[in-house]
Amino acid sequence: MTNRTVLVLLDPATEVRTSVLELLTIARSLGRAEAVTLEAPTVEVLAQLGAYGIETVHQAELPAAVRGDERHLPAVVAAALAAAVRRTDADVVLVPTSFAAKEAAALAAHALGAGLVIDAAGVHDEDGRIVGTKRVFAGSWDTACAVTTDVAVLTVRSNAVVPQPVETAVSTEVEGFTAEVPELPVTLVSRTVKPRTSGRPSLEEAAVVVAGGRGTHGDFGPVEDLADALGAAVGASRDAVFEGWFDTYIGQTGVTVAPRVYIGAGISGAPHHRGGMQAAQVIVAVNSDPEAPIFEISDFAVVGDLADVLPQAAEVIRAHKA
Amino acid sequence: MRIVVTVKYVPDIASDRGFQDCRVVRTPAEGTINELDENAIEAALQLVEAAGEGEVVAVSVAGPDGAVALRKAFQMGAHRGVLVSDDALAGSDYFGTAAALAATVERLNADAPVDLVITGMAALDGLGSVVPTLLAAHLGWPALNLAKKVALADGAVTITREADDVTEELSARLPLVLSVADTANKPRLPNFKLIMAARTKEYETWSAADLALKPDAVGQAGARTETLSAAPRPPRDEVELVTDKGEGGKALAAFLIRNDLV
Repeated sequence: MTNRTVLVLLDPATEVRTSVLELLTIARSLGRAEAVTLEAPTVEVLAQLGAYGIETVHQAELPAAVRGDERHLPAVVAAALAAAVRRTDADVVLVPTSFAAKEAAALAAHALGAGLVIDAAGVHDEDGRIVGTKRVFAGSWDTACAVTTDVAVLTVRSNAVVPQPVETAVSTEVEGFTAEVPELPVTLVSRTVKPRTSGRPSLEEAAVVVAGGRGTHGDFGPVEDLADALGAAVGASRDAVFEGWFDTYIGQTGVTVAPRVYIGAGISGAPHHRGGMQAAQVIVAVNSDPEAPIFEISDFAVVGDLADVLPQAAEVIRAHKA
Repeated sequence: MRIVVTVKYVPDIASDRGFQDCRVVRTPAEGTINELDENAIEAALQLVEAAGEGEVVAVSVAGPDGAVALRKAFQMGAHRGVLVSDDALAGSDYFGTAAALAATVERLNADAPVDLVITGMAALDGLGSVVPTLLAAHLGWPALNLAKKVALADGAVTITREADDVTEELSARLPLVLSVADTANKPRLPNFKLIMAARTKEYETWSAADLALKPDAVGQAGARTETLSAAPRPPRDEVELVTDKGEGGKALAAFLIRNDLV
């Protein structure tokens, strides 16, 4: 253990998502973990941070010119992160792996002259250097990248570690700091956050994912039924989204998932889709085509009609859980 | 309307991709244009066509084989191609690549003003998605990323983007860097005439010296990360395949329960 300071981005500060709890867990393994926010954390959030051993939250005070939702713009988040690093002399910045967070991470690294690792599946210390490990080429290769600069900025994929609270919760203090933000070259015309389906985990963070493709013929009922039996998130192939059957697709240009279990139903396993799910620990497939390419990368597979197989599986799982 | 489109030479995602000495293996047999850059070319061509005049310049930072990506851009209708190729650029990280692209745009901009740089949403080999952002930062231009819809009016671009469960409308004034999502458009198929013309169409090759790039800003020398290892994942065990004869769902559930995954 070194006397490193590790900053974790918490944006928004109204909830601590599982992905952030994972970052906090990683941060503690690397040094002294602190959080950075751009708004006041709620009481619940502070309690959760305390449970994860976070004593200090650095809350950026933004210039008046930054209004409302503009604080979520990558340029603003990056300015806050860079200012927080300078203020705390931090060595590492960890952010989740959303598209917006990647942009912010890149801009912060640019401003700080820091090395950047995108989509790390793990972060560790090796001979005093920060190393990010990655799954690349649709999960077929593992790489390890050491950051050679003083400051390291990493975006970390969900499910990199199991979140671990500390044994004894600490009390968490909020410290304000001034973040200079350069004049924004981009105007935010509107911003709408999609409400999350209540009761289901988010696709990016879920430990279990059930996804449907062309083989659903537009009926996601069986997919959702099995997902709910498992407490899983629901996803889709790009084809299914282009057909208008579902709104979020898993794939190398969509959501990239790395859950403990991925179950693909009526999905053939085109390279695009595999690029978004092949890092799953266990892959299960259901497809009526015995030659479906997804079987090549599956641990367990059923050749059959998903409309028969999925409800039956859901029923057994519900009975098992009861 | 003068638009620079960045195109990357990548291993085909359907091929057997890999590393050698911690670098991505890039062979002409399996090398191709990054598919997502075709959306960028399409977006650029549409804007030039709508303006009724203009030029689309395809730029690639690559080894000599990277001309493959430029040829594809020519087939779609790009007017000019620049291959930025130099041993000094090998091993560039995100920052080195962005620096080389920025220097290329600056040189083109010195000849005649560049209105827009358009990129794909990611490169299918690295999937970092950060080069457009860093390129804009180098140029000091605004970045509008992951556009699903693009509208140009009165010297400003407005985009709609959908990412991370958020839908945003963002706007900025030209010149700027725009990255387009794979949902932004459907790239055109090359026509016969353009395919024939692309075969012999000349492109320019610029070196690091041509762009006055500092040696310590690009290539391995300028990289802020060092790849320590790259190893193929062990192959998965043979799939346990069950054919549904009325009990397939039970078998699936049993597999999950047996492996403590429920």
